Amino acid sequence: MKSLTRLFAIMHKELLQILRDRLTFGMIVGVPLLQLTLFGFAINTDVRNLRAGVADEANTSLSREMIADMSSSQVVDFQYQVGSPLELGQLLDAGLISVGLHIPPDFDRRVQQNAGQAAQLLVDGTDPVIQGVARQLMTIPVSFDSQASARSVPLLELRNFYNPERRSAINVVPGLIGVILTMTMVLFTGLAIVRERERGNLELLINTPIKRTELMLGKILPYVVIGLIQVTIILLLGRFLFQVPIRGSLLDVFIVVLVFIATNLSLGLLISTAAQTQFQAMQIAFFFFLPSILLSGFMFPFHGMPLPAQYLAEILPLTHFVRLIRGVMLRGADLNLMLTDILALLLFLGVTLTMATLRFSKRLD
Amino acid sequence: MHEKSRFVIEASGLTKKFGSLTAVNNIELRVPEGVIYGFLGPNGSGKSTTIRMLCGLLSPTSGSVQVLGLRVPEDVEKLKQRIGYMTQRFSLYDDLSVIENLQFMGEIYALPRRMRKERIHELMVRFNLEERANQRAGTLSGGQKQRLALAAATIHDPKLLLLDEPTSAVDPQNRRDFWEMLFSMAEQGTTILVSTHYMDEAERCHRLAILDQGELVADGSPKELAAAIAVQVIEVSASEPNRARAALHKVPEIFSITQLGMQLRVLIPRHIHAAEQLVIQSLQVSGVEAHVRTVQANLEDVFVAVTEKHHEGRAA
Ligand SMILES: Nc1ncnc2c1ncn2[C@@H]1O[C@H](COP(=O)(O)OP(=O)(O)OP(=O)(O)O)[C@@H](O)[C@H]1O
Ligand SMILES: [Mg+2]
Repeated sequence: MKSLTRLFAIMHKELLQILRDRLTFGMIVGVPLLQLTLFGFAINTDVRNLRAGVADEANTSLSREMIADMSSSQVVDFQYQVGSPLELGQLLDAGLISVGLHIPPDFDRRVQQNAGQAAQLLVDGTDPVIQGVARQLMTIPVSFDSQASARSVPLLELRNFYNPERRSAINVVPGLIGVILTMTMVLFTGLAIVRERERGNLELLINTPIKRTELMLGKILPYVVIGLIQVTIILLLGRFLFQVPIRGSLLDVFIVVLVFIATNLSLGLLISTAAQTQFQAMQIAFFFFLPSILLSGFMFPFHGMPLPAQYLAEILPLTHFVRLIRGVMLRGADLNLMLTDILALLLFLGVTLTMATLRFSKRLD
Repeated sequence: MHEKSRFVIEASGLTKKFGSLTAVNNIELRVPEGVIYGFLGPNGSGKSTTIRMLCGLLSPTSGSVQVLGLRVPEDVEKLKQRIGYMTQRFSLYDDLSVIENLQFMGEIYALPRRMRKERIHELMVRFNLEERANQRAGTLSGGQKQRLALAAATIHDPKLLLLDEPTSAVDPQNRRDFWEMLFSMAEQGTTILVSTHYMDEAERCHRLAILDQGELVADGSPKELAAAIAVQVIEVSASEPNRARAALHKVPEIFSITQLGMQLRVLIPRHIHAAEQLVIQSLQVSGVEAHVRTVQANLEDVFVAVTEKHHEGRAA
């Protein structure tokens, strides 16, 4: 009974503080909105409208047709028409274009004779995304090689490749729930105890009969609610902005999310028992955040990574969450079939929460 | 179990080291029940460190502490409900209002719901905080913060109150009011340990300990301390105090000179005979006109005497 009173005291106080701190409150709503629009619209794996230049030295109907096809794909936007490959190089150097297409005078003959590559792509190699695009664009002359007369084939191939409907939002949004939760949840609790230490509140608090577990739980529970609010925002936006489906049951989605929220919160608490200042807590959180984003399978395909990276990724909660949430939301998978990932998250939760409670001492030294 | 002590606080050989720095060195402390016990000492003398060890926030490097009959830090959790602690720095929540802070503390001490409301109302009346009830604590003035902190520290009606420089940001009028509150609490049986570097506050304590560089250099009631002082105090009133001061500086027997307006307070060790005569002669030799008389030692003299001697002892 007394224990409950104290637990509620901490939770109530925490909620009041969250609601009054405009920055925290802004983060709760702002981070999901920002991230979702960022990843949904801007950071799109479907690259479009790369500025490009063309030097068409052949100027035949075939070459013009190819340029028109590439333009209509909207991957590249030919803003510059120049006379020679040399000028293309200059445009690239000046940063005015990222892709240059050079069609030599004997283009038609090369296409018909299968004499090596018919045209040349000049690419700004500093940007891996553009490189990737170029590699895919390269398939156009090759197709011409094998099918000398059929001009419409490369066009179709190109379109399919680039997924002109921008359907990647569907793949991004479920994982994004995990990224946003990792970012905000770890940070919120990561700062929760450090902030009290920095402001001197902790010295008073540890002189009261409050128990460690009461303090830890009281700090976590309000943020669980906040995490759920965030997830709801993301799901709704995903649904209405990007038509992201939820093929599995909504209950399963929230079970997975709940476990993941708790996992991140207790990780934050653990950080907050180790850090002395809010800045340190943020550094540690960031240190954890970066590999989570890069290795979890959110950014890059999990199985494309080298084995050691895959092993490392298995330690990160986000990896398991990305698997779970994609499974439930996109494939409509049954949670029973993904118990290992749920168990992995629960294990992580148990370990971090215990460690945080043990590490937190009601002493100053 | 330990024999029940007559003292609310009993510490012996209490030492705290931070690396190579000895912040508190071998302190013996006995605080009887129901008194206001003062800790007087300059900055960095170890007042806060000692108080933190007494309430179990810091573990002593060596020595033993018993508070309200319980061993610290071993049994400190049982103590928390019975002691109140007011930190040197304001440590309630700036972003909560006065009443929210008190409610929070009331809940943390798990006061029964009905009692809680009454108690908070009572405290707000007693500490004159009613008009500020809904103001954020962060926007209170120094004195108001202090009153709020004291209200919070006493919400659970503790037997022992540890106050670390409670009046450092308070004007003299408010300081007097604050002390009135302390006295009325002491009358009701609360033992209060309070650190300060104000002489007038130290003077009000029933007993006090003077700390210097981590050591307890004197303790007793203010009267006892003044009586036991090992120096005689001679007051010199001169129209040219600077010249008088220069003249007296040359006298090796003089222990210390403090100027207060047109007057000098000259401390001379007790074993020197005819001290007043010595001062008069020294002034005459330099041709300084002055009125000289021996006066009662006050607490400030005690403080100067014990801390200066302590430094001499260290240097030797
Ligand atoms: N956590 C700590 N780590 C290292 N040194 C410390 C620590 N806490 C205190 N000290 C040192 O111990 C000494 C005593 O400090 P303490 O805070 O007890 O002094 P104080 O008497 O309360 O001074 P003040 O009147 O300024 O509050 C100081 O020299 C201080 O620098
Ligand atoms: Mg101090």
